[in-house]
Amino acid sequence: MLNLTHLKKHFNKGTPNEVLALDDCTLTIEKGEFVLLVGSNGSGKSTLLNLVAGTYFPDEGNIFIEGTDVTRLKDYQRSKFIARVFQDPMAGTAADLSIIDNFRLAALRTKRKTFKTGVNDSFKMKVSDRLSILELGLENKLDTLVGKLSGGQRQALTLLMSVMDESKILLLDEPTAALDPKSAEKIMKIAEKVIQELNLTAMLVTHNMHYAVSYGTRLVMLQQGQVIKDYPSVLKEKLLVTELYSWFERP
Amino acid sequence: MDFYLSAILLGLAYCGMGLGIYITLRIFNIPDITTDGSFTLGASVTAALLSQQYPIVTALLMSMIAGSLAGLATGIIHTRLKINPLLSGILVMTALYSVNLSIMGRSNIPLINTANLLQLTNWFQREQYNWLLLMAIVALGLWCLISWLLKTDFGLSMRATGNSETMIRALGVNTDGMKVIGLMIANALTALSGFLVCQFQQFADINMGIGIVIFGLGAVMMGESLLNALRIQSIPLRLAGVIAGCILFRIIIGAALTFGINPNWLKLVTAVIVLVVVGLPNIKRRAGN
Repeated sequence: MLNLTHLKKHFNKGTPNEVLALDDCTLTIEKGEFVLLVGSNGSGKSTLLNLVAGTYFPDEGNIFIEGTDVTRLKDYQRSKFIARVFQDPMAGTAADLSIIDNFRLAALRTKRKTFKTGVNDSFKMKVSDRLSILELGLENKLDTLVGKLSGGQRQALTLLMSVMDESKILLLDEPTAALDPKSAEKIMKIAEKVIQELNLTAMLVTHNMHYAVSYGTRLVMLQQGQVIKDYPSVLKEKLLVTELYSWFERP
Repeated sequence: MDFYLSAILLGLAYCGMGLGIYITLRIFNIPDITTDGSFTLGASVTAALLSQQYPIVTALLMSMIAGSLAGLATGIIHTRLKINPLLSGILVMTALYSVNLSIMGRSNIPLINTANLLQLTNWFQREQYNWLLLMAIVALGLWCLISWLLKTDFGLSMRATGNSETMIRALGVNTDGMKVIGLMIANALTALSGFLVCQFQQFADINMGIGIVIFGLGAVMMGESLLNALRIQSIPLRLAGVIAGCILFRIIIGAALTFGINPNWLKLVTAVIVLVVVGLPNIKRRAGN
């Protein structure tokens, strides 16, 4: 489904601040896998996610989605395959647009944005239906500007918006980092639910060790830009939080 | 009375530019200084073509095309060369001064005995009323067009581009391309205003665009403070607010002139009015804290 081969990425190349963020990183992810990415700060998790999304390009190596080489496709071209949820809860939605307008754009992620007006009653019904999953009471506030909602609510919207249009891969970069514990738990539950129900292939970056052991079907740990642990579902189930902590202690 | 009538007339003539500035400033967060140049560009293309006996439709189309090319230049400088949009606008505006001079061949073209929009509009005996109806029709048409555009899927992507670039790129929109298109639309609208004002005043002058962007910014913000006071969010009403702002601003300037302010001070008055409109909310906020 997703093949990352020998990815290498420098930042600030040729300056005293040069950093090697990813160093010959190779990873294959099968369809339907829900991969949790862990690792210390600077281990390359976010870089890896951003390379998959096309925010920037690798110095070396290739990225294949279902056999198609997407290494040189720009982020807005890769949106055909990829949906994203960002660490910043404000980044995934447009504040000055209403909830329904945000969903309209999300529903067109893989399509052209033409001179049609797509927000009609049936679309509103559909969005309203989806929103009721969140149990936040947003289903009756379709015309509310998104900027008036809280970070948690906006992150929940981003998550739902990511599955409004067909997608092959869902990327979540610390989606709960900026949220309070309760909202965070809710976002994780919803994420797991949509990933399972729609049989999505997903990658989630987290610093929360409890999430790392209790969510997902596979656990991958990065260190200094390389994959150093890779636990499939069977082994992951037996993993304890304390054990996971100890991985971080080793130099 | 006549004074206010011509203030309203000019306000309506400027509303194309006002709507253009709304698009660049409020949708893309770009204060587009190109406006000063593309306004004059619209007028000089019109004057040059009409004085050579080209039909009015040609002048209208060519001035709008020229305006959109000016926007294209600013857009490409900003998105491709990654130059600050303010600076990109200033560069293009400066370059346009020479372009406008060479289009006109001199600094001023009077339009006497040339084709004029008034020849198409024999509705009333009084010339002023014909102009009023004509400008009102144009303003209404532009209002409908932009209101519709911003409601379409394309328009939603435009609005999201200025709002959350990360989000809309992840949703498959080329934000650089979007900004270029936005600047092209805005400057075509500004050139349309140049076309109208040139027709109305029956001349084009190389300096007619100086400071016009400040007028536009002021008109947009004036309309906005009006709507914010009424807590209105809807886009069509906000656009109507821009048109109201253009008229209101012209009336204020007109009133200032009737109170005997020396016309030499006009730009200063304009700048002070805009400063008040921009600064007042901040002063209020501070007082509130």
